Amino acid sequence: MEEHFPMKKIIDDQGNLIDSSYENDIDEELVRKLYYHMSRIRLFDRKAISLQRQGRIGTYPPFEGQEASQVGSALALDSDDWLFPTYRDHGAMLTFGSDMTRTFLYWNGRAEGCVPPEGKNIFPAAVPIATQIPHAVGAAWAEKRKGTKNVAIAYFGDGATSEGDFHEGLNFASVFKTPTILFNQNNGYAISVPIEKQMNSKTIAQKGLAYDIPSIRIDGNDVFSVYFETKKAVERARSGEGPTLIEAVTWRTGAHTTADDPTKYRPEGQGENVVNPIERLENYMKNNDFWDEEWIAKTEAELTQEVESALEAMEKYPPAKPEDLFDHVFTNTPPQLVEQKESYLELIGRE
Amino acid sequence: MNVKMEKQAEQQETTQQITMVQAVNDAMKTMLEHDDTTILLGEDIGKNGGVFRATEGLQELFGEDRVVDTPLSEAGIVGTSVGLAVNGFKPIAEMQFMGFVYPAYDQIMTHVSRLRMKTMGKYSVPMVIRTPYGAGIRAPEVHSDSAETIFTHMPGIKVVCPATPYDAKGLLIAAIEDPDPVLFMEPMRSYRAQREEVPTGKYTVEIGKGEKIQEGTDVTIIAWGAMVPVAKQAAKQAEQQGMSCEVLDLKTLYPLDRDLIAESVQKTGRAVIVHEAHGTGGLGNDILSVINDTSFLYLRSPIERVTGFDVPVPFFALEEHYLPTPKRILQSIEKAVHF
Ligand SMILES: Cc1ncc(C[n+]2csc(CCOP(=O)(O)OP(=O)(O)O)c2C)c(N)n1
Repeated sequence: MEEHFPMKKIIDDQGNLIDSSYENDIDEELVRKLYYHMSRIRLFDRKAISLQRQGRIGTYPPFEGQEASQVGSALALDSDDWLFPTYRDHGAMLTFGSDMTRTFLYWNGRAEGCVPPEGKNIFPAAVPIATQIPHAVGAAWAEKRKGTKNVAIAYFGDGATSEGDFHEGLNFASVFKTPTILFNQNNGYAISVPIEKQMNSKTIAQKGLAYDIPSIRIDGNDVFSVYFETKKAVERARSGEGPTLIEAVTWRTGAHTTADDPTKYRPEGQGENVVNPIERLENYMKNNDFWDEEWIAKTEAELTQEVESALEAMEKYPPAKPEDLFDHVFTNTPPQLVEQKESYLELIGRE
Repeated sequence: MNVKMEKQAEQQETTQQITMVQAVNDAMKTMLEHDDTTILLGEDIGKNGGVFRATEGLQELFGEDRVVDTPLSEAGIVGTSVGLAVNGFKPIAEMQFMGFVYPAYDQIMTHVSRLRMKTMGKYSVPMVIRTPYGAGIRAPEVHSDSAETIFTHMPGIKVVCPATPYDAKGLLIAAIEDPDPVLFMEPMRSYRAQREEVPTGKYTVEIGKGEKIQEGTDVTIIAWGAMVPVAKQAAKQAEQQGMSCEVLDLKTLYPLDRDLIAESVQKTGRAVIVHEAHGTGGLGNDILSVINDTSFLYLRSPIERVTGFDVPVPFFALEEHYLPTPKRILQSIEKAVHF
């Protein structure tokens, strides 16, 4: 089955172009955009890990190693499209337009972190595995019914493909031919369970076959492959041709979350040879005269500043209000909940 | 040590100081040794030893066939456990967190709980579903749910919830040996909160029986799981104000220990029920009706309930406002006593 889903690559680990048909599509503007966003989310990610270690935010799931998958796919969307992330896809969310301060707030246990910027269709991170996949199919279905050209992308991991929601979502997408991009990041593990123990199938892409959904397998650490293949899927969806399943093969560099210890289940040295996606793009830039030290330094300084200000804003954010516990459960809060709220506020107000 | 030697060792009446999560581990280890039809299934329970280390070391001891890392599918774990259970095995299925039991709800509701009844006893489902539950450890959303009521509402399944290391081991062994399905809730906030002398060998704590953990005369406080230490704290504060509290740890949520509740409430004439699950439709209401049925004429004040609010368990920035606190419990104790 694997041979039916060969892994697509545009550049290799050393940053050499191996598919010359893309030569004219890759220009300086695109390269800089990809580099900028990948560096941005990496800075965010590393900052978040260090904040968790200092006890300034809660448990955090790092995505280092998956920057190309998240940035390449998110940049392939248009502003009016929909994005349905998991808890590990804040890189894609930030790239698509989430607010960084709110992203920090989310990992600090604040519902404010789920509120997307005005005019942006970004769902809150799905914590229960695979449950967002049918949502993306539904939102895309609605766009189709309304006659728009907007699409929806759902992100999910390899482990998610074992859940019923994945299969139910794919089947609906197929039956109703919804404009959905089913974007899998196969990062090798679902917490401690390696892909060989998660499934007997050699690829995730082949799972689309059963539902007659066009499916491809790409090198998820090659940001060009991710960007151009997602773009193709988006165009197919916009033109009414229905869903696409993309398996982006990548690697989770670090732990599943800051509460997890991968040395317990990963053989030593595993993944050592994976060239991380930013380094790969750097290699490409150096090979192709896109490398500009001055621009790199300026970008880095700018991004560091952005992350620091977002963090500062998060820490200055007014503390969570106990009222918020009650006020957003219903559009019109029912009397018994109003009572619970009032008597609780009265109790904690006393002293 | 081979299994036989291990068994001899356990004959001696030794104890060890362990935490609740170690006691849970010890219960499963004991039963894996004792009965080779016992089989553990779950996500990350093998090599990783479970996200809370509840199954730590067990796969190394008993092998991949008995301590099984499954694919990521709760419905799959519970559904296949039904098949294993009716065909000679004793599955212990782990749900990683109670908030992730919902995908398996269909299997539990539509099959686990009613197979025995609908086959008139021909098939029963001797399985245990273990699940950490509860708020207060700053976990991400959905990880903190306390969903016992939807399972006590489900006929045909027992629901058990220990509050101490000793009870955790004894109740879990009893649950594994029970011929009927048991949902076993583990308060994750209590996993490492306390150490206690726990026998190294096999023993059971009876399912269906609660315990009076503190004598008192003015009011009965009824709690379970992670709320037991909170209830005890409140009782202590009340005591300082001259109100004498009797504290009950229910341990089993279905079937309820009606006698224990009745006996205590008939003595004190007052009751405060504490649980962290939402109030509406919460188990507190069933306990209230037990008191109504058994002890109405003994009551000296309306029964109080201190529960989680009728809101989804919030993100952790607000969880201290969601959870019952000693202060909220104390307020109810005062209301009951000074009615
Ligand atoms: C329904 C459900 N079951 C269990 C979990 C606990 N859990 C969180 S992440 C995870 C592994 C997910 O693996 P994968 O889908 O490959 O995504 P990745 O974390 O690798 O990005 C598990 C089991 C959950 N969040 N939801």
